[in-house]
Amino acid sequence: MNASVIIFYIIAAAIIGCGLLAVTSLKIFRSAVYLLFSLISIAGLYFFLDYEFIGAVQIVVYVGGIVVLIIFSIFLTQGSGGLMKKPALGRIFFAGLATLFGAILTYMLINNQLFIPSNQQAIAPSVENIGAQMLSTTEHGYILPFEVVSMLLLSAMIGCIVIAIKVKTPELKNSVEIKEVEFGAADNHTIENTDIKIVV
Amino acid sequence: MNEIGLPQVLFVSCALFFIGIYGFLTRRNMITMLMSVELILNSVNINFIAFNKYLFAHKLDGLFFTLFIITIAAAEASVAIAIIINLYRNYHTIDVEEVDTMKF
Repeated sequence: MNASVIIFYIIAAAIIGCGLLAVTSLKIFRSAVYLLFSLISIAGLYFFLDYEFIGAVQIVVYVGGIVVLIIFSIFLTQGSGGLMKKPALGRIFFAGLATLFGAILTYMLINNQLFIPSNQQAIAPSVENIGAQMLSTTEHGYILPFEVVSMLLLSAMIGCIVIAIKVKTPELKNSVEIKEVEFGAADNHTIENTDIKIVV
Repeated sequence: MNEIGLPQVLFVSCALFFIGIYGFLTRRNMITMLMSVELILNSVNINFIAFNKYLFAHKLDGLFFTLFIITIAAAEASVAIAIIINLYRNYHTIDVEEVDTMKF
């Protein structure tokens, strides 16, 4: 039991504990904060494994971007105060059973698998090596996926704006228009409950 | 157990993956389901990094896969949140059980 083993177990406990709290907490804001700490612990695991660049990217993108986006959307949709509905007991039971057996099966497979490491010369995962291979156009370069992913990000951004934009319908004056069509409660879909107002 | 090897890291990622699955199955709020998906993607990233470090240290391919997964996760989260905000504007709820207009 040396220090690095103890540090690894602390990081692992933080990842798993905060992950569990993030999926079980009934307050949605608290759940987002637990997710934040779980992601920071995962960045700590990357630093522990000597992949500093990936750890930095994890902190910048996940902690600085995605969690902040999630917290903003929580504030935009429902605020942070109230408790969420508790899931049904049967659903908790069967989901817990399924995931428990899945986890045990997967861990047994991992334990029985013999992993053979390669004995070739290791490459240091430094920023210099990463950048040189990512932007190289030779056989093992990653320039094509890099460009494709940049196009994907651009199209996702445009798609977000198109989806979330508020469409304003122009007001027509001195003409008959159907101003709003309201459906009744969510469980009534019959045509009798449709309320059509005609504004002159 | 005097040294951290591949099985210990794989145990962490396996546990995190199934925690994410559990959250995805039990939660009915769209934002919390999105959080569960983020946990699942992160467990996959841990797997890629661990295999790259312990088995294929002469390559950097696992690292590049992790980078691209992080990028795609960012795009996916932003599109999902745009959809959630649009849904909230139309239905005033983000519970997946109550948004069932297209069900019948």
